[in-house]
Amino acid sequence: MTSATIIALIAVISIVGPLLSPHSHTMTNLDARLLAPSLSSWQLFGTDDLGRDVFVRTLAGTQVTLLVAFVASAVSLIIGVSYGAIAGYFGGAVDAVMMRIVDVLYALPYIFFVILLMVVFERSLLLVFVAIGAVNWLDMARIVRGQTLSLKEREFVQAARLIGVSRRSIVLRHITPNLLGTVIVYLTLTIPHAILMESFLSFLGLGVQEPDASLGTLVNAGANYLEQAPWMLLAPAILLAIMLFCFNFLGDGLRDLADPRKHK
Amino acid sequence: MLRYALMRLVGAIPTLFLVVLVAFLMVRAAPGGPFDTERVLPPEVAANIERAYHLDESLPQQFQRYLFGVMRGDFGPSFRYSDYTVAELVRGAMPVSVRLGILAMILALIVGVAAGLLAALRRNTVTDRIVSAIAMTGVSIPVIVIGPLLVLFFAVQLGWLPAGWSGGRGASRWVMPVIALALPQIAFIARITRSSMIEVLESEFIRTARAQGLATASIIRYHAMKPAMLPLLSYLGPAIVGIVTGAIVVEQIFGIPGLGRLFVQGAQNRDFTLVLGLVILYATLIIVLNLIVDLLYGVIDPRVRRT
Repeated sequence: MTSATIIALIAVISIVGPLLSPHSHTMTNLDARLLAPSLSSWQLFGTDDLGRDVFVRTLAGTQVTLLVAFVASAVSLIIGVSYGAIAGYFGGAVDAVMMRIVDVLYALPYIFFVILLMVVFERSLLLVFVAIGAVNWLDMARIVRGQTLSLKEREFVQAARLIGVSRRSIVLRHITPNLLGTVIVYLTLTIPHAILMESFLSFLGLGVQEPDASLGTLVNAGANYLEQAPWMLLAPAILLAIMLFCFNFLGDGLRDLADPRKHK
Repeated sequence: MLRYALMRLVGAIPTLFLVVLVAFLMVRAAPGGPFDTERVLPPEVAANIERAYHLDESLPQQFQRYLFGVMRGDFGPSFRYSDYTVAELVRGAMPVSVRLGILAMILALIVGVAAGLLAALRRNTVTDRIVSAIAMTGVSIPVIVIGPLLVLFFAVQLGWLPAGWSGGRGASRWVMPVIALALPQIAFIARITRSSMIEVLESEFIRTARAQGLATASIIRYHAMKPAMLPLLSYLGPAIVGIVTGAIVVEQIFGIPGLGRLFVQGAQNRDFTLVLGLVILYATLIIVLNLIVDLLYGVIDPRVRRT
């Protein structure tokens, strides 16, 4: 619960904070480069190598990071749930072929394909969303398939089939809503995954591009000015770690809650 | 066992083929050709260049040529470093990366298993809580955060270790990269070891052994250790992926002239052949290592072979 509150708090501050500060995250000021944090000028985390306010940039970066995480997770959610539900419900040969494809994809080190995508195509935020979402749906598909397999034997599905509901609407209207609990649990575990991937790409200069910032690009920028301006690293690095910790903690907690074996 | 090994081996081939195919097609889908410049070339020159790089052939022919090249270890010339082939660049960068990865893996296994066992055997004590809390934090802190933080504290603030690769000599320059790379894996391994050891210690056959009056030390050593290590073995695959991708970041942070840095530089310069070659190399490496882990699993756990 605390984790969820902290995440919500970070999200709200990242949206409200920049509005309250007199500085903007893209405005450069070459007279005020690498200034240490100070309360008097409202530059709580100091300034970076171009005189931009690190506090506002960190919050703006958090916004981008969270946005990427949620959109990419939504992409993987849509692909994973529909893929898993179809494979599970139809069963037989369809299921075998579909899950065999998942197995093969599982063996691929997809992060390299994401990098390859970023190299080949024009880098944009949209591409980051799609690339991360497109490779993160495998776990979701497996879990949803397993759930669907057990759900489709349940009485209410049998009843729906008996009164002649089409397969399409059984999957959409009867099975999918019952998957919700499991899906939410795994979604909270997909989000930190997406954050991790985004910050990894951005850190390497292959994700979010200047003058936009994400926590990954900010950590990278901070790593270049360790001696002159350690605050440039510390602010985004600590925030990133806190966010990942909270999401992991929340996801683990929810998974334990949903796992009947742990209720002894 | 032989049958099992052969089947796994044959199963890996389509995956490898798919890797080469998908990576190749992705690069070919890139907008613009590799030799597009601002200057308009005379058509004869353009045709010559295309012929020299076999770009005038059909896509399947090009793929076939590339595939056979790859199988011989020939990844073609680099687009940016014009005097080098991809294979030469890789050969120069590989030893450092392999050494870094192996050292990090060994460190992660030793420290991770030790910490996990300690926590499991002293379950619900202060030791257990501390180990579990550190592991939970370690799992959440990515390499991109750990690396720079280590540099900040041990190189910039304390001055104990060199900040970068070129600034140090001998063993001292390996210390931080190896630790940065191993830390997240230590956390994962400690967590897995702890929970699987606890599960094994609660099982029936351990209770029987205990009822027979065996000493705790020999119960753990001869009965609990092997089954408790099985989940760890299946985590080795993901651990390898974690170390290989983590190495990309670590090499970047510390300026280590390895494969990861080559890969990132290639990616930033849009050096298509280099990136394509490295993606295939990385994928092959990971698939082969996973295969070895699978086979090991088959050797240790006979139940796996029958399925």
